Amino acid sequence: MSTDQNILVKLNDAGLQLNNKWLVKGVSLQVEKGKIVTLIGPNGSGKSTTAKIALGIYKKIGGSVEKYTNKVGYVPQKISIDWTLPLRVNDFMMLTESLNKDTIDEALSLTGVIHLKDKNLGDLSGGEFQRVLLARAISKKPDLLVLDEPVQGVDFTGEIALYELIKKISGELSCGILLISHDLHTVMSATDHVVCLNGHVCCSGSPMDVAKNNEYKALFGEQASQILSRYEHKHDHIHTDEGEIKKN
Amino acid sequence: MFDDFFIRALVAGIGVAFVTGPLGCFVIWRRLSYFGDTLAHSALLGVTLAFTMEFNIAISVFVISSILALILIQLQKKTNLPGDALLGLLAHSSLAVGLVVIGFLTFIRFDIMGLLFGDILAVSVNDLLIIWIGGAFILLTLKFIWKPLFASTVNYELAEAEGLNPDRAKAIFTILMAAIIAISIKIVGLLLITGMLIIPAAMARNLSSSPQSMVIYSIIGGLLSVIIGLFTSLEFNTSSGPSIITAALLLFILSLFKIKQSIKLKN
Repeated sequence: MSTDQNILVKLNDAGLQLNNKWLVKGVSLQVEKGKIVTLIGPNGSGKSTTAKIALGIYKKIGGSVEKYTNKVGYVPQKISIDWTLPLRVNDFMMLTESLNKDTIDEALSLTGVIHLKDKNLGDLSGGEFQRVLLARAISKKPDLLVLDEPVQGVDFTGEIALYELIKKISGELSCGILLISHDLHTVMSATDHVVCLNGHVCCSGSPMDVAKNNEYKALFGEQASQILSRYEHKHDHIHTDEGEIKKN
Repeated sequence: MFDDFFIRALVAGIGVAFVTGPLGCFVIWRRLSYFGDTLAHSALLGVTLAFTMEFNIAISVFVISSILALILIQLQKKTNLPGDALLGLLAHSSLAVGLVVIGFLTFIRFDIMGLLFGDILAVSVNDLLIIWIGGAFILLTLKFIWKPLFASTVNYELAEAEGLNPDRAKAIFTILMAAIIAISIKIVGLLLITGMLIIPAAMARNLSSSPQSMVIYSIIGGLLSVIIGLFTSLEFNTSSGPSIITAALLLFILSLFKIKQSIKLKN
């Protein structure tokens, strides 16, 4: 298969203008099957906007978006659900696609919230709801997953487990993932490609390339790039499928 | 069987309740109560036009309400006024224009009370056909757009991102709102149509834990309101609309006891 056939979504010089002000401009990136692309950047740098452009939520954009799949799972950053709706977790799982019981149970088990299946959505805590959102997005077995800070509000151990899960899913379903995250540790460990945004693409490339980039240092500070280098030092071994550690 | 005016009113009311049940749930979920009211107010203009041109009332109301909905959408896009101000503007001006036009139509005998509050004497066999065929069409369409409409009610961006085309569903739903107003005007009256949509659905919300059960309770609530209301109307010679809505209100009050219980259980 050539690379072109693996492309799920491609942004060409894309941007969004609102009230004569560009929220984000000139973004070019592509998400391929089985690859994780991460967007990083400070608040207001246009990460969520870029994700929504990729999803086709905005109609009037600058540049263009080529989307090659309709099987999309989305975890939005902010979700304001009207609690006047009587909605249980189980109903919410089938919001955009009808799924059978086993599929729903499996996805809820993966994110560790199967015990909440019959609970009302309004009764969940922030972290629990986040896990349900992620379960819903992966249950459809999408080609493209767009995750906008998927682990916000999740406890520390849960956060690591969920990132492991995300990484596993990208391999198992060979789906492409567009991830927005603030956690630089995780970003660098799980990501194939990093795009650093600040109203425009300030730099992009492999995690290590980005870490060495001066603009990235200016944006996140010297410490941030040390996180990355430290991270690289940690991995002088690889994990085999059996869970054993093998020295490089 | 349909010779009896009361049987006709009952059959008409039951048909209306089947449709207002599910639509009313969406009116509550999407916070469209005042929007429904605005469309209903414009119905008066539709009725007067129907009389002037000797045209079918239901179709005329449907057309006028749909046009009003379109005007509203355009105004929302092109002005900076808040949504509720635009709704108020359209509701009252269309009601006023309707009343002014009636003033000019001195040559037609008009039962304005019947129009505003419903009249069980007014239901003809023709109206029954419009209610049941129109109602079936509304329900089928709603079933067809249920998924995108419901998903976008929960979260617009999720629905749009996952390819459900929520804008189309919303536009179709607006037309369905105009249609239900058109078919229920005779039995409930144009001032109280929104009550028929909201009150049984509000009652249902108190009793239900899932969207599906809310729709079912809403239909049951609407049916009970119609039956109780129409018998009251017959017995005490009251207008049908207010009688139905009062019955719905009583059911709503009863449903409040259920919430009290479940709150107690939680604590």
